Amino acid sequence: MRWFWLDKFEVFQSGVKAQAIKCITLAEDHMHDHFPFYPVMPHSLVLEGIAQTSGLLICEYYKYKQKVVLAKINKAVFHCLAFPGDTLVYKATVERIDENGTVSSANAYIRKPDGEEILYAEVEMMHGILDDSYSDKKQFSVRDYRNLMVNMKVYDVGVEADGVTRLEEPEEFKNLD
Amino acid sequence: MPSEEEIFKTIQETLVEALGVDEDEVTEDATLVADLGAESIDFLDIVFRLEKAFDIKIPREELFPQDILTSADFVEDGKLNEAGLAELKKRMPFADLDKFAENPKVQEFGNILTVGDMVRFVASKVA
Repeated sequence: MRWFWLDKFEVFQSGVKAQAIKCITLAEDHMHDHFPFYPVMPHSLVLEGIAQTSGLLICEYYKYKQKVVLAKINKAVFHCLAFPGDTLVYKATVERIDENGTVSSANAYIRKPDGEEILYAEVEMMHGILDDSYSDKKQFSVRDYRNLMVNMKVYDVGVEADGVTRLEEPEEFKNLD
Repeated sequence: MPSEEEIFKTIQETLVEALGVDEDEVTEDATLVADLGAESIDFLDIVFRLEKAFDIKIPREELFPQDILTSADFVEDGKLNEAGLAELKKRMPFADLDKFAENPKVQEFGNILTVGDMVRFVASKVA
Protein backbone atom coordinates (compact mmCIF):
# COMPACT_ATOMS: atom_id res chain seq x y z
CA MET A 1 0.00 0.00 0.00
CA ARG A 2 1.28 3.46 -0.86
CA TRP A 3 0.75 6.39 1.44
CA PHE A 4 -1.00 8.54 -1.17
CA TRP A 5 -4.22 10.11 0.02
CA LEU A 6 -4.90 12.20 -3.06
CA ASP A 7 -5.78 11.15 -6.59
CA LYS A 8 -4.99 14.30 -8.52
CA PHE A 9 -4.75 18.05 -8.40
CA GLU A 10 -7.34 20.19 -10.16
CA VAL A 11 -5.88 23.57 -9.19
CA PHE A 12 -2.28 24.36 -8.26
CA GLN A 13 -1.02 27.92 -7.84
CA SER A 14 2.58 27.86 -6.65
CA GLY A 15 2.91 28.79 -2.98
CA VAL A 16 -0.66 30.13 -2.89
CA LYS A 17 -3.41 27.53 -3.16
CA ALA A 18 -4.24 24.06 -4.40
CA GLN A 19 -7.29 21.94 -4.97
CA ALA A 20 -7.05 18.16 -5.02
CA ILE A 21 -9.53 15.33 -5.12
CA LYS A 22 -9.76 11.95 -3.45
CA CYS A 23 -12.18 9.42 -4.91
CA ILE A 24 -13.35 6.97 -2.28
CA THR A 25 -13.82 3.34 -3.30
CA LEU A 26 -14.93 0.22 -1.51
CA ALA A 27 -11.75 -1.50 -2.71
CA GLU A 28 -9.63 0.29 -0.10
CA ASP A 29 -8.75 -1.77 2.97
CA HIS A 30 -9.35 0.99 5.46
CA MET A 31 -12.98 1.26 4.36
CA HIS A 32 -13.50 -2.23 5.78
CA ASP A 33 -11.25 -2.02 8.80
CA HIS A 34 -12.21 1.35 10.27
CA PHE A 35 -15.75 0.41 11.30
CA PRO A 36 -16.49 -3.18 10.17
CA PHE A 37 -19.67 -3.38 8.06
CA TYR A 38 -19.95 0.41 8.01
CA PRO A 39 -17.56 1.59 5.27
CA VAL A 40 -16.80 5.22 5.94
CA MET A 41 -13.75 7.31 5.10
CA PRO A 42 -11.68 7.80 8.31
CA HIS A 43 -11.32 11.46 9.20
CA SER A 44 -7.67 10.90 10.12
CA LEU A 45 -6.91 9.89 6.52
CA VAL A 46 -8.78 12.92 5.24
CA LEU A 47 -6.48 15.04 7.40
CA GLU A 48 -3.51 13.26 5.84
CA GLY A 49 -4.90 13.99 2.37
CA ILE A 50 -5.30 17.66 3.23
CA ALA A 51 -1.77 17.68 4.70
CA GLN A 52 -0.48 16.21 1.43
CA THR A 53 -2.38 18.82 -0.59
CA SER A 54 -0.85 21.76 1.27
CA GLY A 55 2.45 19.92 1.92
CA LEU A 56 3.10 19.34 -1.78
CA LEU A 57 2.16 22.95 -2.44
CA ILE A 58 4.92 23.97 -0.03
CA CYS A 59 7.42 21.42 -1.38
CA GLU A 60 6.90 22.81 -4.87
CA TYR A 61 7.29 26.39 -3.58
CA TYR A 62 10.75 25.40 -2.29
CA LYS A 63 11.42 23.45 -5.52
CA TYR A 64 11.66 20.20 -3.54
CA LYS A 65 14.85 21.31 -1.78
CA GLN A 66 13.40 21.45 1.75
CA LYS A 67 12.14 18.69 3.99
CA VAL A 68 8.53 19.56 4.74
CA VAL A 69 6.61 17.69 7.44
CA LEU A 70 3.18 18.02 8.99
CA ALA A 71 3.85 19.53 12.40
CA LYS A 72 0.58 20.64 13.97
CA ILE A 73 -3.15 20.56 13.37
CA ASN A 74 -4.55 23.77 14.79
CA LYS A 75 -8.14 23.10 13.90
CA ALA A 76 -10.11 20.20 12.46
CA VAL A 77 -13.89 20.36 12.38
CA PHE A 78 -15.78 17.65 10.51
CA HIS A 79 -19.40 18.18 9.54
CA CYS A 80 -20.39 14.84 8.02
CA LEU A 81 -19.23 11.43 6.76
CA ALA A 82 -18.00 10.36 3.33
CA PHE A 83 -18.83 6.96 1.80
CA PRO A 84 -17.68 4.79 -1.14
CA GLY A 85 -18.53 6.53 -4.40
CA ASP A 86 -18.08 10.00 -2.94
CA THR A 87 -15.47 12.39 -4.24
CA LEU A 88 -13.74 14.52 -1.63
CA VAL A 89 -12.40 17.90 -2.75
CA TYR A 90 -9.61 19.48 -0.69
CA LYS A 91 -9.15 23.23 -1.18
CA ALA A 92 -6.02 24.44 0.60
CA THR A 93 -4.62 27.95 0.90
CA VAL A 94 -1.19 28.83 2.25
CA GLU A 95 -1.68 31.59 4.81
CA ARG A 96 1.93 32.07 5.78
CA ILE A 97 5.31 30.74 4.69
CA ASP A 98 8.64 31.39 6.29
CA GLU A 99 11.93 29.54 6.54
CA ASN A 100 10.85 27.62 9.64
CA GLY A 101 7.34 26.62 8.79
CA THR A 102 3.99 27.38 7.25
CA VAL A 103 0.35 27.81 8.17
CA SER A 104 -2.32 26.67 5.77
CA SER A 105 -6.06 26.47 5.93
CA ALA A 106 -8.29 24.12 4.00
CA ASN A 107 -11.91 23.29 3.49
CA ALA A 108 -12.94 19.84 2.33
CA TYR A 109 -16.16 19.19 0.41
CA ILE A 110 -18.11 16.22 -0.85
CA ARG A 111 -18.72 16.76 -4.56
CA LYS A 112 -22.09 15.45 -5.64
CA PRO A 113 -22.66 14.01 -9.16
CA ASP A 114 -24.37 17.26 -10.20
CA GLY A 115 -21.25 19.20 -9.16
CA GLU A 116 -22.71 20.64 -5.97
CA GLU A 117 -20.14 20.72 -3.15
CA ILE A 118 -21.20 20.12 0.45
CA LEU A 119 -18.94 21.36 3.24
CA TYR A 120 -17.32 18.33 4.85
CA ALA A 121 -14.47 19.69 7.00
CA GLU A 122 -12.63 22.86 8.02
CA VAL A 123 -8.96 22.49 8.84
CA GLU A 124 -6.00 24.64 9.76
CA MET A 125 -2.55 23.11 10.01
CA MET A 126 1.15 23.84 10.18
CA HIS A 127 4.00 22.26 8.30
CA GLY A 128 7.54 22.47 9.64
CA ILE A 129 10.58 23.02 7.45
CA LEU A 130 13.29 20.79 8.89
CA ASP A 131 16.61 22.51 9.54
CA ASP A 132 20.13 21.32 8.70
CA SER A 133 20.25 19.03 11.73
CA TYR A 134 17.98 16.70 9.74
CA SER A 135 20.16 16.79 6.62
CA ASP A 136 21.09 13.11 7.03
CA LYS A 137 17.44 12.06 7.07
CA LYS A 138 16.20 10.92 3.70
CA GLN A 139 12.71 11.98 2.72
CA PHE A 140 11.92 11.71 -1.00
CA SER A 141 14.21 11.57 -4.00
CA VAL A 142 13.86 13.94 -6.95
CA ARG A 143 12.50 10.99 -8.92
CA ASP A 144 9.87 10.30 -6.22
CA TYR A 145 8.74 13.91 -6.37
CA ARG A 146 8.61 13.96 -10.14
CA ASN A 147 6.57 10.77 -10.33
CA LEU A 148 4.22 12.04 -7.65
CA MET A 149 3.69 15.48 -9.10
CA VAL A 150 3.41 14.31 -12.71
CA ASN A 151 1.01 11.49 -11.85
CA MET A 152 -1.11 13.86 -9.81
CA LYS A 153 -1.31 16.24 -12.80
CA VAL A 154 0.32 19.18 -11.04
CA TYR A 155 2.10 20.29 -14.20
CA ASP A 156 -1.07 19.88 -16.28
CA VAL A 157 -3.04 22.36 -14.17
CA GLY A 158 -0.33 24.30 -12.33
CA VAL A 159 0.39 28.00 -12.60
CA GLU A 160 2.97 30.23 -10.97
CA ALA A 161 2.08 32.46 -8.01
CA ASP A 162 0.89 35.19 -10.45
CA GLY A 163 -2.01 32.89 -11.35
CA VAL A 164 -1.30 33.16 -15.07
CA THR A 165 2.13 31.82 -16.04
CA ARG A 166 2.13 28.10 -16.64
CA LEU A 167 4.06 26.11 -14.02
CA GLU A 168 7.03 24.32 -15.57
CA GLU A 169 8.78 21.27 -14.21
CA PRO A 170 12.06 22.20 -12.52
CA GLU A 171 15.33 21.43 -14.30
CA GLU A 172 16.04 18.58 -11.87
CA PHE A 173 12.92 16.80 -13.13
CA LYS A 174 13.85 17.30 -16.75
CA ASN A 175 17.35 15.95 -16.20
CA LEU A 176 16.07 12.57 -15.00
CA ASP A 177 16.06 9.48 -17.30
CA MET B 1 -0.98 51.82 21.71
CA PRO B 2 -2.49 48.96 23.76
CA SER B 3 -1.97 48.91 27.53
CA GLU B 4 -0.05 46.04 29.18
CA GLU B 5 -3.38 44.66 30.39
CA GLU B 6 -4.75 44.64 26.84
CA ILE B 7 -1.55 43.00 25.59
CA PHE B 8 -1.83 40.34 28.31
CA LYS B 9 -5.44 39.64 27.36
CA THR B 10 -4.54 39.19 23.69
CA ILE B 11 -1.56 36.97 24.54
CA GLN B 12 -3.79 34.96 26.85
CA GLU B 13 -6.29 34.40 24.04
CA THR B 14 -3.44 33.52 21.66
CA LEU B 15 -2.00 30.92 24.03
CA VAL B 16 -5.41 29.41 24.74
CA GLU B 17 -5.90 28.92 20.99
CA ALA B 18 -2.34 27.84 20.16
CA LEU B 19 -1.75 25.51 23.10
CA GLY B 20 -5.25 24.32 23.92
CA VAL B 21 -4.89 25.38 27.56
CA ASP B 22 -7.53 26.92 29.81
CA GLU B 23 -7.64 30.68 30.22
CA ASP B 24 -6.95 30.48 33.97
CA GLU B 25 -3.74 28.53 33.35
CA VAL B 26 -2.30 31.47 31.41
CA THR B 27 -1.00 33.62 34.25
CA GLU B 28 1.87 36.13 34.18
CA ASP B 29 4.16 33.66 35.94
CA ALA B 30 3.31 30.61 33.86
CA THR B 31 6.23 29.31 31.80
CA LEU B 32 5.46 28.42 28.22
CA VAL B 33 7.20 25.06 28.20
CA ALA B 34 6.97 23.67 31.72
CA ASP B 35 3.55 25.04 32.69
CA LEU B 36 1.73 25.40 29.38
CA GLY B 37 3.34 22.50 27.51
CA ALA B 38 4.55 24.44 24.47
CA GLU B 39 6.66 22.50 21.96
CA SER B 40 8.95 23.88 19.28
CA ILE B 41 6.32 24.12 16.54
CA ASP B 42 4.02 25.91 19.00
CA PHE B 43 6.53 28.75 19.28
CA LEU B 44 6.31 29.31 15.55
CA ASP B 45 2.52 29.18 15.77
CA ILE B 46 2.55 31.70 18.65
CA VAL B 47 4.90 34.04 16.77
CA PHE B 48 2.68 33.95 13.67
CA ARG B 49 -0.43 34.66 15.75
CA LEU B 50 1.19 37.51 17.72
CA GLU B 51 2.51 39.14 14.56
CA LYS B 52 -1.01 39.08 13.14
CA ALA B 53 -2.74 40.19 16.34
CA PHE B 54 -0.42 43.14 17.00
CA ASP B 55 0.67 43.90 13.43
CA ILE B 56 4.33 43.57 14.40
CA LYS B 57 7.33 41.67 13.07
CA ILE B 58 9.01 39.30 15.50
CA PRO B 59 12.49 38.16 14.46
CA ARG B 60 12.57 34.58 15.69
CA GLU B 61 15.99 34.94 17.33
CA GLU B 62 14.74 37.72 19.62
CA LEU B 63 12.30 35.45 21.39
CA PHE B 64 14.13 32.15 20.86
CA PRO B 65 17.88 32.85 20.70
CA GLN B 66 18.96 29.49 19.34
CA ASP B 67 22.05 31.05 17.76
CA ILE B 68 23.38 32.00 21.21
CA LEU B 69 22.40 28.69 22.77
CA THR B 70 24.22 26.69 20.13
CA SER B 71 27.31 28.88 19.70
CA ALA B 72 30.68 27.36 20.61
CA ASP B 73 31.72 30.86 21.75
CA PHE B 74 28.97 31.00 24.34
CA VAL B 75 28.40 27.41 25.46
CA GLU B 76 30.81 25.32 27.53
CA ASP B 77 29.93 21.87 28.88
CA GLY B 78 26.26 22.42 28.14
CA LYS B 79 26.12 25.72 30.02
CA LEU B 80 26.21 29.32 28.87
CA ASN B 81 29.44 31.09 29.83
CA GLU B 82 29.58 34.69 31.05
CA ALA B 83 29.84 36.10 27.55
CA GLY B 84 26.84 34.01 26.55
CA LEU B 85 24.78 35.22 29.50
CA ALA B 86 25.71 38.81 28.72
CA GLU B 87 24.67 38.33 25.11
CA LEU B 88 21.42 36.73 26.21
CA LYS B 89 20.61 39.61 28.57
CA LYS B 90 21.31 42.07 25.77
CA ARG B 91 19.06 40.15 23.38
CA MET B 92 16.25 39.55 25.88
CA PRO B 93 15.99 42.60 28.15
CA PHE B 94 12.31 41.80 28.71
CA ALA B 95 13.07 38.42 30.36
CA ASP B 96 14.00 37.79 33.98
CA LEU B 97 17.16 35.74 33.55
CA ASP B 98 18.45 35.92 37.14
CA LYS B 99 17.27 32.45 38.13
CA PHE B 100 18.53 30.92 34.89
CA ALA B 101 21.91 32.62 35.43
CA GLU B 102 22.41 30.69 38.68
CA ASN B 103 22.73 27.44 36.71
CA PRO B 104 22.60 28.35 33.02
CA LYS B 105 22.14 24.90 31.49
CA VAL B 106 21.20 25.29 27.85
CA GLN B 107 18.62 22.52 28.08
CA GLU B 108 16.82 24.43 30.83
CA PHE B 109 16.49 27.58 28.76
CA GLY B 110 13.16 26.55 27.28
CA ASN B 111 11.67 26.52 30.76
CA ILE B 112 12.39 30.14 31.64
CA LEU B 113 10.21 32.11 29.22
CA THR B 114 7.04 33.22 31.00
CA VAL B 115 3.81 34.77 29.82
CA GLY B 116 4.90 37.98 31.59
CA ASP B 117 8.12 37.99 29.54
CA MET B 118 6.06 37.77 26.38
CA VAL B 119 3.85 40.66 27.50
CA ARG B 120 6.93 42.84 28.08
CA PHE B 121 8.42 41.74 24.77
CA VAL B 122 5.28 42.61 22.81
CA ALA B 123 4.95 45.91 24.73
CA SER B 124 8.46 46.85 23.60
CA LYS B 125 7.52 46.05 20.01
CA VAL B 126 4.27 48.03 19.89
CA ALA B 127 5.74 51.02 21.74
